Amino acid sequence: MRRTAGKRLARGWIAGLLLGAATLCIPGVLFSDVAKPQIPSARGEQCVEPVEIMRRDHFDFMKHDRDTTVHEGVRSIKHSLAGCIDCHASRDTGGQFISINAEGQFCQTCHTYAAVKIDCFTCHAAVPATKVSQSP
Amino acid sequence: MSESEYSKSGSLRRRFFTQAGGGVALLALAPGVRLAELAIAASDDEPVSDKHRWGLWVDTSRCVDGCDKCVSACNEEHGLSGMDRPETDAQWIRKVDLQDEVTGRELSLPLMCQHCEEPPCVDVCPTGASFRREDGIVLVDKHICIGCRYCMMACPFHARAFIHEELSGQKTHSPRGKGVVESCTLCVHRVDEGRTPACVEACSNAGNDALVFGDLKDEEGRLALILDENEGVELRSDLELNTAVRYSEV
Ligand code: HEC
Ligand code: HEC
Ligand code: HEC
Repeated sequence: MRRTAGKRLARGWIAGLLLGAATLCIPGVLFSDVAKPQIPSARGEQCVEPVEIMRRDHFDFMKHDRDTTVHEGVRSIKHSLAGCIDCHASRDTGGQFISINAEGQFCQTCHTYAAVKIDCFTCHAAVPATKVSQSP
Repeated sequence: MSESEYSKSGSLRRRFFTQAGGGVALLALAPGVRLAELAIAASDDEPVSDKHRWGLWVDTSRCVDGCDKCVSACNEEHGLSGMDRPETDAQWIRKVDLQDEVTGRELSLPLMCQHCEEPPCVDVCPTGASFRREDGIVLVDKHICIGCRYCMMACPFHARAFIHEELSGQKTHSPRGKGVVESCTLCVHRVDEGRTPACVEACSNAGNDALVFGDLKDEEGRLALILDENEGVELRSDLELNTAVRYSEV
């Protein structure tokens, strides 16, 4: 009596696992026609962290480092937002920089795909600093 | 605020007030001297410390009536383009013209954040966005500011502005945007690189030299020497804020 109950429970578990696995697959099946983000290529040799880590943790790095700049006055932070823009902003066919947060641009492609909305560029310049604005 | 900081500020204050006196010869020092001093003083990758306290000296006798070079340099540096609405446009420096009703004496002076040692804006801020850096520069951390504007009401100098509209074309070194409060940063991005604030540079380029930037704690520094020779007048000294911006006479 006990044993059969145990077996039934075990069978239930396995069925549950299978069902769970099937459910996990559904999004992949259903949304496979949603285009993967087309990430514009970057300038420079490599990113400030290994790419797999950047994909996951870029926002935590930036939020950490911005305190170092704003509160401690350290300007040489590794995960500078201005730095991301210097390497990751693209130019249009006329050679003008495109806003990094515009449709299809670096900070936007993944975020559209992942339904993330950021407000950084309501304040921060979205194109690299020009020579003029950097001069003293 | 810790006990030790209180006593430190106390001694600073004493020095300002006990050593008043004549002599303005120092004001004629070449601007180059000041720049060299600063390059040694500030560093790019070390956290700021209370070894320095940055401040300004305003020689009202050299400030030219009708000149607004400091204001336009500030606007240019930070991209404060304005919406043509003087009531609400952000102003980090204003030129204020004063006239003594009795003597008729006229005075023109720039007014900006006074970078108080005891800043009322910091006292009232509910989120910690208004803060005073270790080196005395009073700032808004716009990442934390919720736009409540208590600080604007608390500031006796009306030095702060609120941004009501979406902005575009911001400068990389001076992010600004809708919904937060802002004010003079003493050009913190320049100070961290060992440069002088844009207003000071413009005033000196115009040949007026009414503004001097420096370290109040550097006893040998130009600012401290000027304040040894002159009474550094604090605006609203009745509030005992120990401001880092000092005027020659008001
Ligand atoms: C309301 C305006 C505002 C918003 C919104 C904002 N910032 Fe900032 N940010 C600033 C200001 C002001 C500074 C200080 C600049 C200075 O002192 O030179 C700054 C500095 C930084 C810095 C250090 C300087 C640099 O370029 O590396 C980082 C990193 C940063 N912000 C990241 C972010 C990120 C990420 C977001 C979005 C999640 C964001 N900020 C949103 C105003 C803003
Ligand atoms: C020195 C230039 C440089 C800087 C600065 C830089 N990156 Fe990168 N980044 C790169 C390069 C190069 C790659 C690699 C592209 C590749 O391998 O396909 C990359 C890759 C990435 C990726 C992965 C993209 C993908 O294809 O999946 C992310 C996310 C990223 N960077 C975010 C950032 C952020 C956020 C910042 C600012 C904190 C930043 N990067 C700063 C050069 C830079
Ligand atoms: C490789 C794809 C990718 C790229 C490129 C990318 N992001 Fe992200 N970003 C994401 C994902 C995915 C998330 C959400 C992660 C989560 O919620 O766990 C995210 C989240 C964020 C967040 C946190 C949002 C929040 O609500 O807390 C910020 C800030 C951010 N990204 C800034 C940037 C900036 C700035 C750039 C361009 C320099 C950028 N990202 C480029 C994929 C990317």
